[in-house]
Amino acid sequence: MIRILLCLLALALPTSAQEAPNPTGETIVAGLSQNLIAITTNFTGSEILIYGAVRREQPIPGGAPLEVIATVQGPSGPLTVRRKERKFGIWMNTDAVTISRAPTFYAIASSAPLSEALSETENLRHEVTIPSAIRAVGISAEAEDAPVFLDALIRLRREQNNYVLSEKTVKLLESTLFRADVALPANLTEGEYRVRLFITRDGVVIDKHEEIISVNKDGLERWIYNLAHEQPLIYGLLSLLLAVAAGWGASAAFGLLRR
Amino acid sequence: MQLYLPIAELSVNAFALLGLGGIVGILSGMFGVGGGFIITPLLFFMGIPPAVAVATGANLVVASSVSGVLAQLKRKAVDFRMGLVLLAGGLIGSAIGIWVFAWLTTLGQIDLFVQLSYVLFLGLVGAMMFKESLGALLRARKPGAPIRRAHVHYAVHKLPLKMKFRASGLYISVIPPMLAGASVGFLSAIMGVGGGFIMVPAMIYLLGMPTKVVVGTSLFQILFVTAFTTVMHAVTSQTVDMVLALLLIIGGVIGAQIGSKIGVKLRAEQLRILLALMVLAVCLRIALGLLLTPDELYSIAPGRLP
Repeated sequence: MIRILLCLLALALPTSAQEAPNPTGETIVAGLSQNLIAITTNFTGSEILIYGAVRREQPIPGGAPLEVIATVQGPSGPLTVRRKERKFGIWMNTDAVTISRAPTFYAIASSAPLSEALSETENLRHEVTIPSAIRAVGISAEAEDAPVFLDALIRLRREQNNYVLSEKTVKLLESTLFRADVALPANLTEGEYRVRLFITRDGVVIDKHEEIISVNKDGLERWIYNLAHEQPLIYGLLSLLLAVAAGWGASAAFGLLRR
Repeated sequence: MQLYLPIAELSVNAFALLGLGGIVGILSGMFGVGGGFIITPLLFFMGIPPAVAVATGANLVVASSVSGVLAQLKRKAVDFRMGLVLLAGGLIGSAIGIWVFAWLTTLGQIDLFVQLSYVLFLGLVGAMMFKESLGALLRARKPGAPIRRAHVHYAVHKLPLKMKFRASGLYISVIPPMLAGASVGFLSAIMGVGGGFIMVPAMIYLLGMPTKVVVGTSLFQILFVTAFTTVMHAVTSQTVDMVLALLLIIGGVIGAQIGSKIGVKLRAEQLRILLALMVLAVCLRIALGLLLTPDELYSIAPGRLP
């Protein structure tokens, strides 16, 4: 009997240890401007609005101010980062490193500089910053200066606005109401986008909230994409037919014009 | 107007693509080249993934060569028999090329290989054509200069499997045209080009075909080889983007008709010297890209290392 109780206790302990210290009972109530993004022919990117409030049973506690952090994470997958080097006078890819998992899109918005809003331990636990959202285990075995490749990945993706860090952009009113705007670029990958919200005090996460946005191709885009992947032969022949018809059509049209 | 491309998965300006197609179409009609060697690098610069650019480039070349072949057929400038022999070689070459393309992509060396092939072939062909056509132009100015013999017998004429090509006025072995066709088919798959810039000089200098049937016959062969390449790329790697192709094609077919009219008005030597200069310019541009220190040393590719 005692043994069973001990087992139950052992099972219960880790979960209770994971619960963030939340003496004030502050929790997040939040919503998104849209849960579904359709990529159609004239898709040029999209903007999502994350809004919400902090619900509390007691008056706003004093001490460290409340901060809000919002992250949007696109589907992840393995990547290869290659580096060019001069060999025989020409520049070619030489060293390469495999990153086991990196999101195709990652945006962070916060109400204060991230270093103030989140402590290092909390960041490690919740994987909030861009480097911590990338899984790069074992890359040091592939190249001597592996971290340089990781930096290059982040730099390239930031240049293309696929990784965005925008500190102090979350608007927070009276430590209660907040909104964050996140711009999604035109080169979105299909899949589920995970939206996370954190409220912190003194760098410690008090509560978090998660939502999912589905990004899907729609209409003609959907049809073309599906056909290309499910019926590649028919798709290839159709592309061909289109090309031949266009070529012949133009020729015939110009023939008529000449007459 | 921005348009989202379903396979390339990015948004591009529709009018830029129409214009790009138009320029390539004009070149196609003027010189009997598919224009793939211009469009594929330009698509790279626009940020289209190389695999999509190569496969879609092949699809575009199909459209512009249909348009071109029809224009040439009316002028009876197609040697069908020669075209079929070249085509047989072309299909074999293309199948090998598709396989090599997939293999080099996994090694991460496809870009380098494509660029090196461009530099090598464009450089060689451009220089050869420039020298020859400049010589021809100078000879034409000096009427007293000796005229080259129309018919010279090389080692090529000693090979077995001879065949009569009436439209070209040739009686030669099928081996050289088969090999020429195969190498062009290979390049078509690797570089997303029709291969006209190799085919036209090969027909003139290697096979000794008369210039009047060269453009039509090369377009005929290119049409079928690129059609095969398009379907193969669509099946093996799903990289043909229909929306991208359609935009380029609309511009391309209109351009091709305009181009073939301009082509009729220019003299053959002038036409060849222009083509040579253009080929050399593209070659130089790509060579500089390989030799100068790039702005960005790192690149990202989806998937793991093999």
